[in-house]
Amino acid sequence: MSDKVRNLQELRNLRDELKGRLLLREKSKAPEKLVQIKVSMATCGIASGARETMSYLIEELDQQGVDAIVTQTGCMGYCYAEPTIEVTLPGEKPVVFGHVDTVKAAEIIEKYIKKGELVDGIIPDTYNTIDNK
Amino acid sequence: MAKFKYHVLVCGGTGCRASQSETIAANIKRAVAENNLANEVQVIKTGCFGFCEKGPVVKMVPDNTFYVQVTPGDADELVLEHLVKGRKVKRLLYVDPETHTAVSDSKHMDFYKKQLRIALRNCGFIDPENIEEYIARDGYSALGTVLEQYSPEKAIEVVKASGLRGRGGGGFPTGLKWELTRKSKAEQKFVVCNADEGDPGAFMDRSILEGDPHSVLEAMAICGYCIGADKGLIYIRAEYPLAIKRLKIAIEQARKYGFLGNDIFGSGFNFDVTIRYGAGAFVCGEETALIHSMEGKRGEPTVKPPFPAQCGYQGKPTNVNNVETFANIPVIFLKGADWFSNIGTPKSPGTKVFALAGKVNNVGLIEVPMGTTLREVIFDIGGGIKSGKKFKAVQTGGPSGGCLTEKHLDLPIDYETLVANGSMMGSGGMIVMDEDDCMVSVAKFYLDFTVEESCGKCSPCRIGNKRLHELLDKITLGQGEEADLSRLRNLATVIKDTALCGLGQTSPNPVLSTLDNFPEEYEAHVKEGKCPAGQCRALMQYVIDPNLCVGCTLCSRVCPVDAISGSKKTPHFINSMVCIKCGACMEKCKFGAISVQ
Repeated sequence: MSDKVRNLQELRNLRDELKGRLLLREKSKAPEKLVQIKVSMATCGIASGARETMSYLIEELDQQGVDAIVTQTGCMGYCYAEPTIEVTLPGEKPVVFGHVDTVKAAEIIEKYIKKGELVDGIIPDTYNTIDNK
Repeated sequence: MAKFKYHVLVCGGTGCRASQSETIAANIKRAVAENNLANEVQVIKTGCFGFCEKGPVVKMVPDNTFYVQVTPGDADELVLEHLVKGRKVKRLLYVDPETHTAVSDSKHMDFYKKQLRIALRNCGFIDPENIEEYIARDGYSALGTVLEQYSPEKAIEVVKASGLRGRGGGGFPTGLKWELTRKSKAEQKFVVCNADEGDPGAFMDRSILEGDPHSVLEAMAICGYCIGADKGLIYIRAEYPLAIKRLKIAIEQARKYGFLGNDIFGSGFNFDVTIRYGAGAFVCGEETALIHSMEGKRGEPTVKPPFPAQCGYQGKPTNVNNVETFANIPVIFLKGADWFSNIGTPKSPGTKVFALAGKVNNVGLIEVPMGTTLREVIFDIGGGIKSGKKFKAVQTGGPSGGCLTEKHLDLPIDYETLVANGSMMGSGGMIVMDEDDCMVSVAKFYLDFTVEESCGKCSPCRIGNKRLHELLDKITLGQGEEADLSRLRNLATVIKDTALCGLGQTSPNPVLSTLDNFPEEYEAHVKEGKCPAGQCRALMQYVIDPNLCVGCTLCSRVCPVDAISGSKKTPHFINSMVCIKCGACMEKCKFGAISVQ
């Protein structure tokens, strides 16, 4: 098969291309508008209603014509505040919100995503990553 | 788009709320309005910062000034000085305990972050069903580097130098295990990933597999190259359907990209992974039992030696590592063994993932460097005890571990310290208990589990644990005698010394550690017939206070067994011989006249 990665250099090229593509995705069409949302969808999140939150976000943002990408991700670790989502507005740092049911999701769209106002219930990032250690 | 220039983040975590953070937020809001800043400054209540020891915490954004131990009275000064005049309020800044200087600028803002995510680096960050996101985060680079630039021996040296130890509980040096399996001569060898996570309340491995399955696959391939195996098996319990689904997707994607299969990275090295399902028996987390289960035999352990490294799956040399152990491997190759061994403590390098559960405010999945204290985990990251109750004990290591108490709170978490204090690291379950938990009942709970999960092969575990359970049952029913305490201890010690496998050898730990740390609680049960925590129903007595009882007769009417007597408008009386301790009377009494003793 031709799409197999045959050596380390190919992998590095692919990585850089993918990194770029992920960035490009942010900068596509209308970079000043595109919003990225990650929904924590591990077993615990799903059990607390993350699936409903995710479908609501997708439908609602689509209906309201907000240019956004909603993806799933694994456990963020904040089990006490499930469902949790991370919202990255263009040019801003990611912000994590906890206890996001559909009501909270509507508030986040209305206030944070559309107006840039923060809403109560932000979870501060409480950990270091391997990138800054 | 009207945007605020400033955000004031007030911690709304349970710990900070208990010290009036809501009033602080309200006061700041008022002061902001009074200074005509309402259009420029937004006050927000956040979740827990994980720095509860110094709470309530207030953070100013965008300059990231971090104020600690703020009181409602500080609100006006914070607004006037910081927001109006742009001057920091020095007395509320965090003072670094080592340098005794106030920390104010954002460069040093990481001091309160007690967590470091290595094994969880991609969890909650990438889409686990999309290999491209993993590759963009340096995924499979470690495998590529190892295959192109390292001999198997040299790669094993790196793992050895990192000091990584098995995260499944025992803490055996991973590099050494790989070396032993490499040295065994055979035509076929196997790499096994132990994903049979069985401790009650533990979900670290599940979260890693659900959030970052590729990291485990990558590490298994590296391991296969090092020990000379071309087959990998993941033993996972069937009750983890989402983890299984994501693993299957990951395996397919890895094959498509050529990270699994033949001639990986053009190196001539072949490796592929298949999934084996377990039925969820606790003993199958023990490596010999796990191997038998995979062979289709009964999940029973066998005596070691021979170790799986010599004679494992299908009689071939087999290297068994836990999910979290594997998840650390790619980072060790990307960042270097020195980088890894500098984190944590000299004897236990790196980090450990814990599933923090029980009576803490911030139940969650956390990862901290080894050597972090229990106090930091429970009171900072965990946000302290629920409902402001008093901390009593923390159980680590699951059914094989023990209970640690107040006096152990400042101990650094590492393999040796936990064992020296009667508990163990285990796979990473951490259950916090408060003053309402009866330690005899807790020991009984774990014994319940062990009796249920014992495979029955050896008599110390099969019969001994059953007997231990009976003794504990007797004590919680108020029928214990003083001699039972020494019986418990003797029996527990014998089981520890004679059981066949790790399950049996460690099963008395919950009993021994509670006996050691809470002797007075056991004594209260057997000597005074009392349960200090008020949990053992058989030992409770419902009593009516004749001074408070007005004789309304409500209690005697709700009592299902007619244990309450008394005539109208005179104090009633509960006959404890008849009472079944259902508590219905206490619930109904409007005068608070009924109490439990």
